[in-house]
Order: sequence, then C-alpha cells, then structure tokens
Amino acid sequence: MDIVVPIKQVPETSNVKMDPKTGTMIRDGVETVVNPLDLFAIETALRLKEAHGGTVTALSMGPKGAEKALREAIAMGCDGGVLVSDRAFAGSDSWATSYTLSQAIRQMGRFDLIVAGERATDGDTGQVGPGIAAWLDLPLATYVAAITRVDPDEGRLTVERLVEEGYQVLELPLPALLTVVKEIAAPRLPMLRGKKRAKAAEVPLYTAATMDLEPAFLGLKGSPTRVVKVATPKVTRGGTVVQAKDAEAVAGAVDRLLAFLDARDLLPHDGAPAGGAAAEQAGGRP
Amino acid sequence: MSFVWTLAEQHEGRLKGVSFELLGRGRALADALDTKLASVVIGDGVDAAQLEALVHRGADEVYAIQDPRLASFTCETYSNLLVHLIKTYQPSVLLAAATSTGRTLMPHVAVRVHTGLTADCTELAIEPGTGQLLQTRPAIGGNIMATIKTPDHRPQMATVRPKSSRPLPADPTRVGKVIAVPLDDFLVDDRVRVTGYRRDALDFVNLEEAEVVVAGGRGMKKAEHFDLLRDLADAWGGAVGATRDAVDRGWLGYPHQVGLSGKTISPRLYIGAGISGAIQHLAGIKTSDTIVSINSDPDASLHKVADFGIVGDLFDVLRELRRRLQERREEGPS
Ligand SMILES: Cc1cc2nc3c(=O)[nH]c(=O)nc-3n(C[C@H](O)[C@H](O)[C@H](O)COP(=O)(O)OP(=O)(O)OC[C@H]3O[C@@H](n4cnc5c(N)ncnc54)[C@H](O)[C@@H]3O)c2cc1C
Repeated sequence: MDIVVPIKQVPETSNVKMDPKTGTMIRDGVETVVNPLDLFAIETALRLKEAHGGTVTALSMGPKGAEKALREAIAMGCDGGVLVSDRAFAGSDSWATSYTLSQAIRQMGRFDLIVAGERATDGDTGQVGPGIAAWLDLPLATYVAAITRVDPDEGRLTVERLVEEGYQVLELPLPALLTVVKEIAAPRLPMLRGKKRAKAAEVPLYTAATMDLEPAFLGLKGSPTRVVKVATPKVTRGGTVVQAKDAEAVAGAVDRLLAFLDARDLLPHDGAPAGGAAAEQAGGRP
Repeated sequence: MSFVWTLAEQHEGRLKGVSFELLGRGRALADALDTKLASVVIGDGVDAAQLEALVHRGADEVYAIQDPRLASFTCETYSNLLVHLIKTYQPSVLLAAATSTGRTLMPHVAVRVHTGLTADCTELAIEPGTGQLLQTRPAIGGNIMATIKTPDHRPQMATVRPKSSRPLPADPTRVGKVIAVPLDDFLVDDRVRVTGYRRDALDFVNLEEAEVVVAGGRGMKKAEHFDLLRDLADAWGGAVGATRDAVDRGWLGYPHQVGLSGKTISPRLYIGAGISGAIQHLAGIKTSDTIVSINSDPDASLHKVADFGIVGDLFDVLRELRRRLQERREEGPS
C-alpha cells in the first residue's frame, strides 16, 4: 500500500508567545515541530506499511525550513519526503493550500491512501484534509479513531469515525483519504538508524515552476478568505479566587460558588436539568 | 436573491440542538441584510413538527431533502447535494455547525463551489456599508481572535461552534414555508458505505453538546474518583471531561479528552478539578461561558483563566458541593 502523509510544520504550542502590542505571534526563537496531530497520521501510515507492505511518503508545503519536519518524518520511518515551497504559495488559506497540495500529490504519482492529521495546531481549521479529498475526488473519512479491517486485494478499508453520537463505522474503497485522531495509535519516537537515514535522504523540492498549477489559485491572491483583524483576547477573566483550607472554609467557599452560579443562572434546575434535550444525548454514565 | 442559509443537523431523524442555535445566528444576519433566512435539512425521517420548529425558531423557509440514502452522513453524497443546492439557489451566506459533520462537509463543499470558509467561528456580524460577513474565530489555541472576510466569493461560508450562542425562543405564531426537495439519483455517490454506529465503547460521551462539563485531571488520582465528577455532572444533566494525563492513565476513554489533541468545547459551565491548566488543555475550553477551577495550588494556571476559583482539596470541595446540590434538590423548587 503506497501512502502519502501531508504534514505541517508548526510552532511548538507550549511556548507560543503573543506580542501584546500587535496581537501577532512572536515567531522568532520559537521551536518548530511537526504538527503533533500529524504524528498520529504518520504512525497510522507506518503501521499499515508494516502490515501490508508498500511505501510512506511525507509531503509538506511551507517555507524552505519545513524540510526539517520532513526529515523528522523520515526519521520516524517514512520512506521519503516531498517539500512544496515557493514564494508564490505564501499567504495561502485552506482553499489554496488544499489545491496546491492536491496538485503535488497528483505529480507524485500513484498512491492508495492519504492519511492526514485532523487539523494543525496553529491554523486550527481542519479544512485541508477534506479539501484535498474534494480536489482529488477521493472517498473521505474524517476523525478516524480505528481502522478495523484492511483488504488490500479488494482495495477496501473499514474504519471507525469518532463522532458526537459514538463511532460511525464506514467501509470505503481505495484510493481514499483519512484524517485521524489521537486514539488511533501512539506515535513512535525516531530511532538512531532513522535519524541517520533522514540526514542522508534527498528531499525533492516542488516549486511553482516545476508544478502544473493554475496561477490564479495560488497564495494570498488565490485565497478566497482575508484576515481583516487580529485581536488578543483577555487572558484572565478577572475571576474571584477563594481559599478553602479547612472544613469551615470549604463550606464557605461552596456557599460562595453556589451564589456565584445562581447569579449566572447556572444552578441545576429541578426536574429539568440545564441542558434539557442535550442532557439526554450527552450520555454520561458508562 | 441574497439568502442566508443555515444547515440543520439531524441524527436518526432528530434535529440536533445546534440547528436551532444556528438559526439564532442566521436570523441576526438576515435581519441586518434585510433578507430571508432559510434552513436546509438533509437527512431522513425528520417529521413535520420538527421542520415547523425551525420556522418557529427563526427560519423563513425550510428546504427538506429527505431520503433513506441520506439517513447517515457520508461526505460525498451530502456534498454533491449541497453543491447542487448552492448552484441552484445561490445563497450569499451559509452557516453550519462546527461538528464532525460540519467540519467535514463544509471544507469539501467550499473547494467545489470555489469559496472561502472560516472554521469554528464564535462571533458573526454584518459589516456596515459593505454588507459582508465578518467571521471571528479563536486561533493559535485561543491565543488570538482573528476576524476573516470572504470579499469576492459566494456564499460566504462559516462553521460555528456548538453552544457558542443560544437559540431564539420558539414563536409558534411565526409562519414560513417548508419545501420538500427530492433527492436526484445522480447526486448519490455510494462509494462510502455506513455500516452502523458503535456506542458500546466503554464510556462514550457527547461532550460537544453538553451544556455543563465537569472535568478532572491528574489531581483526581484514581479512576474510581471520577464517580464524584459523574454525580456532579448528572446533577446538571452534563458530561464528564478529562485532561490528557487522566486519559493516558486509563481513567477515562479518549472521547472524554478535552484540549489540543482532544475535543474543543464551549459549554455554558465548565468545572475543572485537579487540572493545572496547561496551555494545551486551555486551548479546548477557552470559549466556555463560565469557568470554575478547583485546585489546591493557588498558582495553577486554570485559576488564572477561571471566573471562579477555589484553592483547596478537590475531594473536600467536590463532596461538599455534591452534598449541597443534593440538599437543594430535596428541598424542591423554591
Ligand atoms: C502536543 C501536545 C498535546 C496535548 N494535548 C492535550 C490535550 O488535548 N488535553 C490536555 O488536557 N492536555 C494536553 N496536553 C498535555 C498538557 O501539556 C498537560 O500535561 C496536561 O493537560 C496536564 O494534565 P493535568 O492538569 O491533569 O495534570 P497536572 O498538570 O499534573 O495537574 C494536576 C493538578 O492537580 C492539582 N491537584 C493535585 N491534587 C489535588 C487535590 N487533592 N486537590 C486539588 N488539586 C489537586 C495539582 O495542583 C495540579 O495543578 C498536550 C501536550 C502536548 C505537548
């Protein structure tokens, strides 16, 4: 099974710093990593390859530096990586990004499956995976939490999607596109041998000049959306903090909490709990 | 013809609450644009009373496309149908819920009709003068709020976080048209087959649609202690959430995980107990209406983002809270 994994390089989330004046992210000196949610996609692809043979190729669109993310993917066990990078792609929204990536995938040649992360932790849209499926007219399953059956001869997969009502069980023919969630598999760490291979690997570069692209669909110019304002929300809500050191203080603190909730109309209503119909759907107990 | 559309969602013939929240949003936009609001229902077995309820909650028109082949969501057929409807009626705004369905279908459709889409909006407004849709969403783990426009492409599409607004009260005197639209065979793509739903998964939970989420972290210390949180969640008819640390320890299943690598929720009330408030957890809860934190560490980050924090032992506080809520219930309505 030949698998393509689109990955994104993102700033490490734990140390995202915002410029309080401009409300933009301070990128200087911030470590970049492979989008943590893409690691589940890489792991899924590697396990499929181990079970059924084939290859796994990582694909990333971004600045030249995104090559580092591809090498990390190779270190984990991917067979190769393709970097899609050009000034002409800068400022792409999810529409233009999914177009450019889908053209890169066409150019890479035959494949059986595309596995993507559910979303990237920086842009946070989750739109690129479904977008690529639309461009390539591939059967799509998002939020996949398990692949329960693989029939490579017939070219069919059975997967379970984590949706609001439970797990939706789907059967789909290959080639197809899946986006996966954490539950699917714990990602492996890169091994020394992999790191060596990653260092030596050649990462082909696709640019606007080497790809078959509609110029009107690229970058900021080709993006239907425009960011018109960026604001930093208040970090703190200026909330009340009360101490509850001993039994008496606990009772007092709970008193104040109940009064606080009451003032916001958040206390449970008798007979009809807040949530009404939603409560019934919410499940709760095993 | 500058309709505002909302996409209603159903499961097994029942409309989901978020369908009505979207109508509240859509009504405000349609009024600002002085145009009509339509709700599109794709599914099977949604009865006339429910379709009428969409009118009572703000719709001027309801397009109902019902067919056994639409009973379960599959992206391909739903997308064919929605693309077809958009090309036929040319709405100027299309809103859907930021649910597993909306977040799958909308990007697929946006590519095909060549328009912009903004994910996970928490605020929507019409720009005075231009009449364009201003779509505001949290980004970078809730660290910024970005406002986005789709200037030259139509429809202007957005997904909206469930629970980020309340539905309008039902007005049974409102009148509107319910239009049944047949499903044309050529729109059906049967490559993907839904073979069923599995809910037996040990402890499944519908966190996204819960109005109240009571969540626990590593401070809960043991799986059994989550019973305390379940009791509290039950008092509100809410659901139990967890941090990654609690899930990774096997105390609760992954469907309970809230945060960067779990679910993003916007309940009316979120109570976090024994949760430090790491940035990756906060990313999943920042748009909650009201946040309550219970943690023995006065410097815990969750206290800093909370509307109400209690510094103390969570077991003492939760037991006292449970006792008091029980008392209230026994006393009956005041
Ligand atoms: C890529 C990535 C993705 C991640 N995704 C997620 C995610 O989706 N969701 C998520 O939650 N985390 C996520 N994390 C992990 C996150 O960084 C934190 O490690 C995690 O949220 C901490 O969980 P916790 O608050 O339960 O545990 P801790 O940080 O250990 O906090 C436990 C808290 O309990 C308090 N406590 C202990 N005993 C008591 C008591 N008796 N009474 C009162 N308080 C008590 C302590 O004071 C402490 O503040 C992610 C991390 C990374 C790197």
